[in-house]
Amino acid sequence: MSDVQPLVHARGLVKRFGDFVAVDGIDIDVAPGEAFGFLGPNGAGKSSTMRMISCVSMPSAGELRIFGMDPVREGPRIRGRLGVCPQLDNLDPDLTVRENLTTYARYFGLSRAQARARAEELLEFAQLRDRASSRVEPLSGGMKRRLTIARAMVNEPDLVLLDEPTTGLDPQARHLLWERLFRLKQQGVTLVLTTHYMDEAEQLCDRLVVMDGGRIVAEGSPRSLIESYSSPEVVELRFGGQELAGFVAPLDGVGDRVDVLPDRILLYAKDGDAAVSEVHRRELVPSSVLVRRSSLEDVFLHLTGRTLVE
Amino acid sequence: MVTLTVARLVSGRVSVGRVGAVVGRNVGALRSGASYWLVLVSGFFEPLLYLLSIGVGVGALVGRIPVGDGRVVSYAVFVAPAMLAVSAMNGALSETTFNFFFKMRYAKTFEAILATPVRPIEIALGELSWAMVRSSVYTALFLVVMVVLRLADPVWALAAFPATMLVGLSFGALGMAVSTLLRGWQDFDLMTAAQFSLFLFSGTFSPVADYPGVLAVVVRVTPLYHSVELVRGLASGVPQWGLLGHAGYLVVMAVAGLWFAARRIERVLCA
Ligand SMILES: Nc1ncnc2c1ncn2[C@@H]1O[C@H](COP(=O)(O)OP(=O)(O)OP(=O)(O)O)[C@@H](O)[C@H]1O
Ligand SMILES: [Mg+2]
Repeated sequence: MSDVQPLVHARGLVKRFGDFVAVDGIDIDVAPGEAFGFLGPNGAGKSSTMRMISCVSMPSAGELRIFGMDPVREGPRIRGRLGVCPQLDNLDPDLTVRENLTTYARYFGLSRAQARARAEELLEFAQLRDRASSRVEPLSGGMKRRLTIARAMVNEPDLVLLDEPTTGLDPQARHLLWERLFRLKQQGVTLVLTTHYMDEAEQLCDRLVVMDGGRIVAEGSPRSLIESYSSPEVVELRFGGQELAGFVAPLDGVGDRVDVLPDRILLYAKDGDAAVSEVHRRELVPSSVLVRRSSLEDVFLHLTGRTLVE
Repeated sequence: MVTLTVARLVSGRVSVGRVGAVVGRNVGALRSGASYWLVLVSGFFEPLLYLLSIGVGVGALVGRIPVGDGRVVSYAVFVAPAMLAVSAMNGALSETTFNFFFKMRYAKTFEAILATPVRPIEIALGELSWAMVRSSVYTALFLVVMVVLRLADPVWALAAFPATMLVGLSFGALGMAVSTLLRGWQDFDLMTAAQFSLFLFSGTFSPVADYPGVLAVVVRVTPLYHSVELVRGLASGVPQWGLLGHAGYLVVMAVAGLWFAARRIERVLCA
């Protein structure tokens, strides 16, 4: 990290709204070419952080440098090299799909001809060519999201910020978007994204931080986080409608750790099948058993004691 | 002093290109929106209908009215410049109140723009420029009507045109400033009421000198009064040094409104 200047550099970054502390002193470095993720539940402070990085909202305290520049003094220059996809689409309802792209390009100082050419490329990228002359409002959620992401690319940014790029999309639309983002990453574009989805973080991010209550509670690659905060496999046990707390003592020692959720018990183990055998040997009779690989969801649960509610 | 404030506000960092891009966005919206044209046209006809019904119609029952240097003019000639100032006001306000509010609070248009290099002051300048375009189209057409109806001399009509641009500029800026403070659509009723009161009591339909004492004082601090006096002074060919005072009032209002609106956009959208 020392030989290459990080694109995003934050130390003790704080965002306050009145007395409320939304971001509570976080440190981040994002290297060029990296895909960096913020993972966290509602209200963790992900969007507040993203808005500071996008140089729209000013930090309340701490140090923030984007491309090595100070957002307070060089906002326009920094924003000229950023692509921003906000959590909620803010496409222009008075304009057509194509005009949304050309108009946006003009804000970045592209000439009319450049804007038109760029819009055509991005219509292709977003697979919206056949809707180019349509207004924005009748588009489906997935199409709007694709257009918003395409719009963020209009200035060929060095750094793209995506706040929950796939929330609210059906699995098919989500996979299409992942594929698009993956292509960007391969072109060397640096991505910073937030998500509630574990699979998304695992798919897209080289490195991520888990945020909770405005703080960073863990940091690393998806693999390394799973290795440090979970076990290789997880057994999910359900016991019909029975009181689950009563099973904690009988299950003691079966795995590395036991977590009781409202509807099921999670058993963390190196070998899931062996753990299941041990459960049966102790004459416990779950109504259902599922052995799966451990995921970031489990990391999150372990770190915060809460599930990520989507 | 005023130019100094303007200079600081629009100091080197303001990019003409980015202001132009904000104006361009509105041109695009105009092109793609059929309903917009309807609003545009209806906004022009309102003051014209008042001119015809009251200025010409009621004017037939009213005697001649004194203007400036002891001259007297027909009632229609007296009312026409006032309606001209009103059309400048309406053109600018309809752009910077309703449309501006929608873009700022509902459509999140400004929010999207602020993620680009465009700055709050550049949004405000772009919106204001666009409002002036609309207002100037109204007043140019209105002046043509006045000349055709022989309510103004062509040369003086030409002289009045820049004055109507100033009126558009200052009301546009005022409208933006107020819009940034509105909480919701319900507040528009209040604004419409305020606008209508200005329309009725700004020396529009009778000389302010004839107003009862307190009202005359109140009217003299409101913006449409100064607009009407300025525009009437030029359109009816009675320029006086006093017109500079009215113009000064409008310039101050334009600068203050612009500055305030830019500050509020930043406050509200860059939290
Ligand atoms: N403009 C604001 N004014 C006051 N409070 C705010 C503002 N923006 C965010 N907050 C508060 O800051 C906290 C963090 O919000 P933020 O939007 O950053 O969370 P998030 O991690 O993005 O959540 P989500 O997953 O729901 O999008 C929340 O409690 C929120 O209510
Ligand atoms: Mg958020």
